[in-house]
Amino acid sequence: MNIKISALQFTRDVKSGNISAEDFIAKTMEHIKKLDGNLHAFLSLNEKAVDQAKEIDKKIKSGEKIGQCFGMPISIKDNICIKDTKTTCASKMLENFIAPYDATVITKLKQQDAIFVGKVNLDEFAMGFSTEFSAYGPSKNPWNMDYVPGGSSGGSAVSVSAFECVASLGSDTGGSVRNPASFCSTVGYKPTYGLISRYGLISYANSIEQIGPLTRTVEDAAFMLNLIAGLDPNDNTTVDNNNEDYLKDINSGIEGKKIGIIKEMIGEGINSSVLSATKDAISKLEGLGASCEEISLDMIKYSVAAYYIITATEAGSNLARYDNLRYGYDFSVEGYEFNSYIEKARKKFGPEVTRRMILGGFVPSAGHAGKYFLKALKVKSKLTRQINDAFKKFDLLISPTVPILPFKIGEKINDPVALFLIDINTVTANLTGKPAISIPYAISNGLPIGIQLIANSMNDKLLLQAAYALEKTVKLPEVPL
Amino acid sequence: MTKIGLEIHSQLTKLESKLFCSCKANYREFEPNTNICPICMGLPGSLPRLNQKAVEKATIIAMALNCSTPEKIAFFRKNYFYPDLPKNFQITQLNIYGDTSVGGTGILMVGEKKIRITRVQLEEDPGRLIYEGSSEKNLVTLVDYNRAGTPLVEIVTEPDFENPREVREFLNILSDLLENLGVSDPSLEGAMRADANVSIEGGNKVEIKNIGSFHDLEKAVHFEITRQQSLRSRDIPIIQETRHWDDKRKITISSRSKEEDLDYRYFLEGDIPWIKIGNQVKEKLKSEMPESISSKKQRYISKYGIPAQVADVLSSDKFYSDLFEDAHTKENAKEIANIITTDLMGLVDTREKRAASKLKPSHLQEISDSIQSGKITRNSAKNALYEIVKTGKKLSDIISELDLGNVSDESELSVIIESVIFEEPQAVEQAKSNPQTINYLVGKVMQKTKGKADPKLTLDLLKKKIR
Ligand SMILES: [Zn+2]
Repeated sequence: MNIKISALQFTRDVKSGNISAEDFIAKTMEHIKKLDGNLHAFLSLNEKAVDQAKEIDKKIKSGEKIGQCFGMPISIKDNICIKDTKTTCASKMLENFIAPYDATVITKLKQQDAIFVGKVNLDEFAMGFSTEFSAYGPSKNPWNMDYVPGGSSGGSAVSVSAFECVASLGSDTGGSVRNPASFCSTVGYKPTYGLISRYGLISYANSIEQIGPLTRTVEDAAFMLNLIAGLDPNDNTTVDNNNEDYLKDINSGIEGKKIGIIKEMIGEGINSSVLSATKDAISKLEGLGASCEEISLDMIKYSVAAYYIITATEAGSNLARYDNLRYGYDFSVEGYEFNSYIEKARKKFGPEVTRRMILGGFVPSAGHAGKYFLKALKVKSKLTRQINDAFKKFDLLISPTVPILPFKIGEKINDPVALFLIDINTVTANLTGKPAISIPYAISNGLPIGIQLIANSMNDKLLLQAAYALEKTVKLPEVPL
Repeated sequence: MTKIGLEIHSQLTKLESKLFCSCKANYREFEPNTNICPICMGLPGSLPRLNQKAVEKATIIAMALNCSTPEKIAFFRKNYFYPDLPKNFQITQLNIYGDTSVGGTGILMVGEKKIRITRVQLEEDPGRLIYEGSSEKNLVTLVDYNRAGTPLVEIVTEPDFENPREVREFLNILSDLLENLGVSDPSLEGAMRADANVSIEGGNKVEIKNIGSFHDLEKAVHFEITRQQSLRSRDIPIIQETRHWDDKRKITISSRSKEEDLDYRYFLEGDIPWIKIGNQVKEKLKSEMPESISSKKQRYISKYGIPAQVADVLSSDKFYSDLFEDAHTKENAKEIANIITTDLMGLVDTREKRAASKLKPSHLQEISDSIQSGKITRNSAKNALYEIVKTGKKLSDIISELDLGNVSDESELSVIIESVIFEEPQAVEQAKSNPQTINYLVGKVMQKTKGKADPKLTLDLLKKKIR
């Protein structure tokens, strides 16, 4: 049996009786057990997955009503709550946290008969871009095990890329879905802010982050969006999408569409093969009838700084509850002495979380807020104004997802320019709430390159149509497992 | 000059659920930590789900305090560590970055005096800390999160009070107002709390916190004024600080905490989008607002001719005015008002007695009708009322059970009057020369009938027999 198929192909095959959910899940679990010792995409596995698949098959045989997933194996980033399942955020602080409830996306997928094969790795509390900050060790890039898979949703990207599942849910705060998708050659999609409920997603920087699917194809991403998008009474920031069908007319093409090439995202420091892949993608789009033109959004040069200040501020607040009283508790009640408590309160956080918590205590504090936090908010609103203006002229914006190639595990990046480059192309969509998608586009020296498309708010359908058109122009080699 | 300002916290006890989840707003009847859920416990991944009703009630309060109400309101996070705060931040409101709280500046009149309201804001109440253990060694702090996330309205005043008496009057008026609005039951334990700030002669401002009741608030303010005056008279500087009210020793003590230096790192709560409260919504809320106490009072006076003092008592107490509204007709209004403010008052003067009372508006109608038709006397009515509050029985049953019916039978009454005339020859003589004193004899008849004699008939018969 071939498990290297798309999510939609899986649903068609199970529906038609070509394959059984049980066989597919069993084979997938076997595959995970074989590969994941090295890849380390998973933090925990669902031991009941095969039994759940049996139930699906039974339902199909008896002609019972069945959800649109038909037992589709999905992996879930370990910062999204599944009831009665460990949800660790790849942190020692939540090592033993068992979620007592389902995230809204989980509830919706359960209703559609999805099967969660396991919880996947991330940088601790989603802070990072390589999974190297996971308290449980990094995941590896299936394209080259010496390289990072990107992050923070690295486990999601690895599991999809290495056929350990057919789709995954990650979360994207500053590129955390698109970055690993680009590094592992999968589709990674961050929808318009508010399109997918965040209820049950453990907050890092709640005002800009979204749950997003990582899939093998653009169609699969649209399919996933159909299942999980829409208003949720449990998340006041969700928006009504009028039950939009994102799969319908996905092959509409992009003829006559105007696409802006963001100048600041192909500037200094960009890797030459990334640049040529981008130019190639632009000419392909023009070949399909789109017109492309360069545009400058000069606030982008401040976007990374603003991004780190805003995320640190929100993280400092969102993670304040992990205070060793309620989570990560590790010494006995007897002699719970205040000073020794305070000393240990945040001990279970790893270095990156600690760094951002300290920053988060500083940048919004009295006397410093004006210089940092309030300035960052100003950048955010100016950037939003600029991109809104750009969308008056253009239907879509294009850039490479990440201007550099994946880097080696342990290759400590200390060069500020390189650090800047990792985030520069992805944070804008988060700061402005716009939908953005990374499409696998090229392989350079065995390392993947992704192309990013950005659309205006609530133009997710148009974005997916353009991504679909671009995807159809490329044929990429299979991951060398 | 003494300047006193207040910060009042009032729970919206009349709401069904908490501010951000569907747990009960009335947390008082639960075993510790049983009125909780992932949201009010701030569990990882949970998000606040704003209770729209709470926004409406808070807006109504702001409007009743004549506050400006902005087009759009927002929520902020106040970040600080405390074990009673599940998320280690409180979701509250702030006017620093423009008026985004439910209420801006307003005014509440205390008699002739204007008290300026600084702002009204909606926020979540923390949980409760309970300290147990008798000695240092076995001291434990227990946390009960049942209260965490219940809706709280903070009302801040300008330092417009000049003495503790004004503070007390204001709090009485405010608590009547909140009760009349149907948003809060101020008599519930912990439903209304207040902090005060005090300065004298333009000196430094001192905050007093931890005041458990309004009664203590007046005392605390009084103590603080005296303390500051005594420092001043000895040329000792008054430092700007936060002091805690020690409710056992009845003094304020310097809290010596870093509280004043706490940096709350306020920023917008991104999980709750801005809420538009447009003119249409405001008009709707206004139209649904219960009649104000002062308008009720005016109506009672002008429409029914109820004396001002009675109207005042009746209108400012929601329990009484609700009873009155349900029981009265144009004809019996004065009588009902009278029964409530003279006879009922002593019977239901506490929250517990009110809760236990079996009295229905229909009872008041029965009583009023029976008095007017001469079935019972005013005096018997009082005894009947006592029974009704206790048992909720029908008035007619109580009259027969307790034999409260009027002695209005002429022959029966005549016998009693004859005996009084026989026993009181002196008074009879006096009444003959001075008809005013006949009331003494009426009183004697009442005594003999335990107040059941029909007063009009008694007087007529007496006059006839003495003549
Ligand atoms: Zn709750």
